[in-house]
Amino acid sequence: MPEPQLCDISVPGRRGMRYPAVDVPKSELPAGLVREELPLPEISEVDVVRHFTRLSQLNYAIDLGMYPLGSCTMKYNPKVNEDAARLSGFALIHPLQPVDTVQGALALMYELQEMLKEIGGFPAVSLQPAAGAHGELTGVLIIRAYHRDRGDTQRKKILIPDSAHGTNPATSAMAGMEVVQLPSDARGNIDLEALRSHCDERLAGLMLTNPNTLGLFEENILEITEMVHAAGGLVYGDGANMNALLGIARPGDLGIDVLHYNLHKTFSTPHGGGGPGSGPVGVSELLADFLPAPVVTIVEEGDEEIPPLYGYSTPAKSIGRVKAFYGHFGMFVRAYTYIRMYGPDGLRKVSEHAVLNANYLRVLLKDTYRVPYDRVCMHEFVAEGRWADAPDIHALDVAKRLMDFDFHPPTNYFPLIVPEALMIEPTETESKETLDAFAAAMLRIAEEARNNPDILHSAPHQTPVGRLDEVKAAKELVLCCGVSAPAI
Amino acid sequence: MNIPGDLKYTKNDEWLQIEGNTGTIGITDYAQDQLSDIVFVEVLVAEGDEVRQGDSCATVESVKAAADVYMPVSGKIIAVNEALADTPEKVNSDPYGEAWMVKLQMGNPDEVAGLMDADAYEKYCAEREH
Amino acid sequence: MFIPHTEADRAAMLEKIGVQDIQELFEAVPEKFRFPELQLEQAATEMEIMQELDEIASANFSVRDLICFLGAGAYNHYIPSVVDSIIRRGEFYTAYTPYQPEISQGTLQAIFEYQSLITALTGMDVSNASHYDGATAVAEAVNMAYAQFRGKRNKMVLSPGLHPHYRQTVHTYVQGTPVYVVGDRPEELNNGPDGLNKYLDADTALVVVQYPDFLGRVYDFTDLANQVHHAGALLAVAVNPIALGLLKPPGEFGADIVTGEGQPLGIPLSYGGPYLGIFATRQQYVRKMAGRLVGETIDNRGQRAYVLTLTAREQHIRREKATSNICTNQGLIALAATVYMSILGKHGLREVAELCYHKAHYAAKKIAEIPGFSLGSEAPFFHEFGVRCPLPVSEINEHLLEYGILGGYDLGQDYPQLKDHMLLAFTEMNSQEDIDLLVDSLSEMVTEASHA
Repeated sequence: MPEPQLCDISVPGRRGMRYPAVDVPKSELPAGLVREELPLPEISEVDVVRHFTRLSQLNYAIDLGMYPLGSCTMKYNPKVNEDAARLSGFALIHPLQPVDTVQGALALMYELQEMLKEIGGFPAVSLQPAAGAHGELTGVLIIRAYHRDRGDTQRKKILIPDSAHGTNPATSAMAGMEVVQLPSDARGNIDLEALRSHCDERLAGLMLTNPNTLGLFEENILEITEMVHAAGGLVYGDGANMNALLGIARPGDLGIDVLHYNLHKTFSTPHGGGGPGSGPVGVSELLADFLPAPVVTIVEEGDEEIPPLYGYSTPAKSIGRVKAFYGHFGMFVRAYTYIRMYGPDGLRKVSEHAVLNANYLRVLLKDTYRVPYDRVCMHEFVAEGRWADAPDIHALDVAKRLMDFDFHPPTNYFPLIVPEALMIEPTETESKETLDAFAAAMLRIAEEARNNPDILHSAPHQTPVGRLDEVKAAKELVLCCGVSAPAI
Repeated sequence: MNIPGDLKYTKNDEWLQIEGNTGTIGITDYAQDQLSDIVFVEVLVAEGDEVRQGDSCATVESVKAAADVYMPVSGKIIAVNEALADTPEKVNSDPYGEAWMVKLQMGNPDEVAGLMDADAYEKYCAEREH
Repeated sequence: MFIPHTEADRAAMLEKIGVQDIQELFEAVPEKFRFPELQLEQAATEMEIMQELDEIASANFSVRDLICFLGAGAYNHYIPSVVDSIIRRGEFYTAYTPYQPEISQGTLQAIFEYQSLITALTGMDVSNASHYDGATAVAEAVNMAYAQFRGKRNKMVLSPGLHPHYRQTVHTYVQGTPVYVVGDRPEELNNGPDGLNKYLDADTALVVVQYPDFLGRVYDFTDLANQVHHAGALLAVAVNPIALGLLKPPGEFGADIVTGEGQPLGIPLSYGGPYLGIFATRQQYVRKMAGRLVGETIDNRGQRAYVLTLTAREQHIRREKATSNICTNQGLIALAATVYMSILGKHGLREVAELCYHKAHYAAKKIAEIPGFSLGSEAPFFHEFGVRCPLPVSEINEHLLEYGILGGYDLGQDYPQLKDHMLLAFTEMNSQEDIDLLVDSLSEMVTEASHA
């Protein structure tokens, strides 16, 4: 039975929440500006709770099982993070309070900036961007501002590898840059000759994901960053795959000039069913003056007895503000908690085990699922969901069938350069038993693909709903329920 | 795959039908097959517009993909297929007939020489299958 | 802790991979930069970190410690217990974006219901699954208007009464594009909606106003909407959703886009985020709207079901041709707002709105009676208003803090002519007693100042 919609369970006269009576003399309501109808539902508290609890039970979640989504880093979200963010001294402070009443919040933000600087190898960080794509926009606007500040207004060309996430070109276009795609070579690295041919006086920068979306560490990273710098360009690092690099290598050391971190991937803040994320940006010395405003600074140094006084400052050539206030503070508390609980050695263990898990799965699967760039991978790898002797089976069928074995499917059909791609990132928080069970399910599905393809085509079978009619959804466009008569 | 012999083709999978000085434009059977179920067509030009070869003239969307349709030749738009907005599935069922997108008065007949004929286009499609 | 491997697991896995040591897996990393020693504090246990965080948090004065009259874009409302109890369910908060609809119906239906409630509240046809916050929602409205006119109209008119952070964010977003921004001149703050007419011409793509505006004022935008449409442009209205519990929805004014900061809908203040960017529009613009969108359909068993739809508009398919680069919505925060709107419903939201309205008007009357204080504007207002003060705002706020009161926002920061003007906000959280204390404290200051 599908769960009814709110409008179906609404009953006139029912209430879920009561408020105290108005305790001040009432004033006249503004003439002509009062709405006649407020077409919201009328539901009791118990019905609201049951409705949303039942909805929750239709979801898959990390708390229920493994989520091997490539480039999404679906690691376990520690429960302590949630308690931390809900401390009243964090959850119940107003963003515009005088800074001397929120010194704890500023101290935490300052310390998180310091931690991210150290982990990424950058001298300056802004916490403001709200998500990865938002961090990218911030980063590309910084690159643009840097070139313009030097009078290089003709530098508009942004190079993007063919394996890149779709946000990279979308971001560049939004920032008014021109996008040029770079091919990959046979080992999954950037094609150096192609790169060289674009290194000219119009080059603004290169957007690089390292490890790339094939899960491969860019073997020529130092040559690449040198080549771009020599041509007057800058290198943008997409930090989506930072979970492979904690204590392993610092992007700043490798010549990356600006990078966004994804606190919701690498630093365990929850994905929340699609957000909120958090995408702080780290930059090299050259770019520190261009960061979005404001950034947290120490206004007066402290000493043994008195803590420092924290405040805000505006970088000299700031691109401006990218959102209201200072960023997703609630996510900062969670990421701070996570980094403090691991410490320097623990963070390195995180990446080591993320990489160990990915390579273990790669080895378990590679004889059955073709791995097109088969070398030691970092925290993820890409396999093909297709076989010559099962011509009607596609990656999508493998993905859907995995649900019947209680696993979330891997990312599929990405990166675009691998046909029928299945992009697998187990993360460090999965145990060997879980990985073995996942591999066993994958191998069984590969057998079914040949012996019983129909069971794949019609999969999933054990889920609350089966495959959906997406064409109907897109053509008929039913985007809201009839809480009221349809809006005019 | 259906590749009518009397049409001209582009590398971006548009077809052009030439009748005198009038050109009719749509997307090919190969293109609609690659896109799968088309759910939306938006023609971006209007009658009377002067367009150049390579200008974007329509957008086609399926559930999983989107494609821009470009002018194979330059000229002046003399008709657009308004009906497609309500029946985008015609692009799948009748790409060379009811799913024509725009008609134009061609401005530069020399441009036609740069387009593929049916044989060349068939080879071009076959190459991409691998 | 969160890495389950035993020594035996590691050994077995390394053997299977065919390497001796985990370090061998990192040979592609340039040796010179491999395994840096991170200068970070050593690891803390859960007990230790909670103690540390308690200490840090207690260095902040929260709105539980203080009586809050501060608003200016973030508001202190009561959050029913139901809201957090639902969003703390692991099935919701540890789920990914619902790209696999068969195992994400909970998230999908919740977003669908969010869209439904937002359209009902705003009087619009369609809502997306949300943007980052109120500021970026306005920036996305600008993006959408730019895409709608495909570069043929590049002028964006921002009302000077629009939240200063929203205006600043728009300026940041458009710096690489042909778009230019006019209208946001502080000195034109009191020109009213008619004051924007002079910016309308054949190049105008969008006019953005706020309702209530940054100073809490409420205007009827019907005439403005007509003028904007006459000029062939679009009208966007940035709203406070609580105000829509009482006030005419922008859909009735003829707004083409409604944006808003959804934080008042059951989202904790949390020092500025994560919040919720509301974005709704008319049916005819649905394909130009950025962001995720959930649609109803059926599955292969004939059941009603939900799926992300019109995804071909988005960046992962259209890449550099997408309207926006946005991928995430504020999933969990949108869920919180959905639960909040469900539990309050038709009657609760109206009650909260009226509580805010009456308390603010009571306070305004009382404050205007204090010698030296007067209201900054005669326009109707909702739950926030500017007050002309006899002393600098920072001095007043310091004084109020001694009484445990978090005072208002200093409007002189954004509008030079409003030096010594304070913006005060009132919600259902402020009792009459709280308001009287505020009034008494302010009076006392004036008395002290006149005796000094």
